[in-house]
Amino acid sequence: MSMKVATRQVDGVTILDLSGRITLGEGSVTLRDAVHDVLAKGSKKILLNLENISYIDSSGIGELVSGFTSVRNAGGELKLLNLTKKVHDLLQITKLYTVFDIWDNEASGISSFK
Amino acid sequence: MSLTLASSIESVDRVERAASDFAERAGFDEDTVPNIAMAVREAAVNAVIHGNAYSPDKQITATFETNSDSLVVRITDQGAGLDPGAVPDPLAPENILRGSGRGIFLIKAFMDEVHFRQLHPGTELTLIKHRVPAQPPA
Repeated sequence: MSMKVATRQVDGVTILDLSGRITLGEGSVTLRDAVHDVLAKGSKKILLNLENISYIDSSGIGELVSGFTSVRNAGGELKLLNLTKKVHDLLQITKLYTVFDIWDNEASGISSFK
Repeated sequence: MSLTLASSIESVDRVERAASDFAERAGFDEDTVPNIAMAVREAAVNAVIHGNAYSPDKQITATFETNSDSLVVRITDQGAGLDPGAVPDPLAPENILRGSGRGIFLIKAFMDEVHFRQLHPGTELTLIKHRVPAQPPA
């Protein structure tokens, strides 16, 4: 299953609802394009909802990191929402858990940008 | 079981599925099977990208075996060879925000043994996961 992205706006925050797999190839490229599209439209508050991400590999992790640095370099913030246990564990062992601002409640995640 | 495949992302996906099926049939539990599959996937990614550089003239092979103690997976490529010592530590502060370079780290994290062998040309990665002996009832 390839990755799909649905975009919505809530209180000035762009939420990307991701589903499927973020892996080498199509999934990673889809995520990269989605983040760049949001930045190109001028939004710099981005919340990636990973609730329906079933799988992520090292390329996908790398794409999360690249998205994080791209948004930060553009003067914005990219945060993560609703990690699955698998993604949570991967971010822990790669020591990225403390790099990202991670939320398990959408309203709190949105409020954190203010 | 052995697979010989083209240097493509589709091959990576196929090797991953084969690893998952094989580990499940070998009796590994539902938490361990995905970790084995991910480690094998990362090894296949290395073979396709860093080994064979997507060359249509080169192939990767994946062999799967089990014995009484372990599951053993060997992934080979036909590339220029890999020096595992030259791979930067992805946990080092200067590398933590890199967009790549975590594959071998994840392989080592999820498998019990990882061995590299130079084939001249090519590299063979051997990934081993030990069976956990059943614990006697307390």
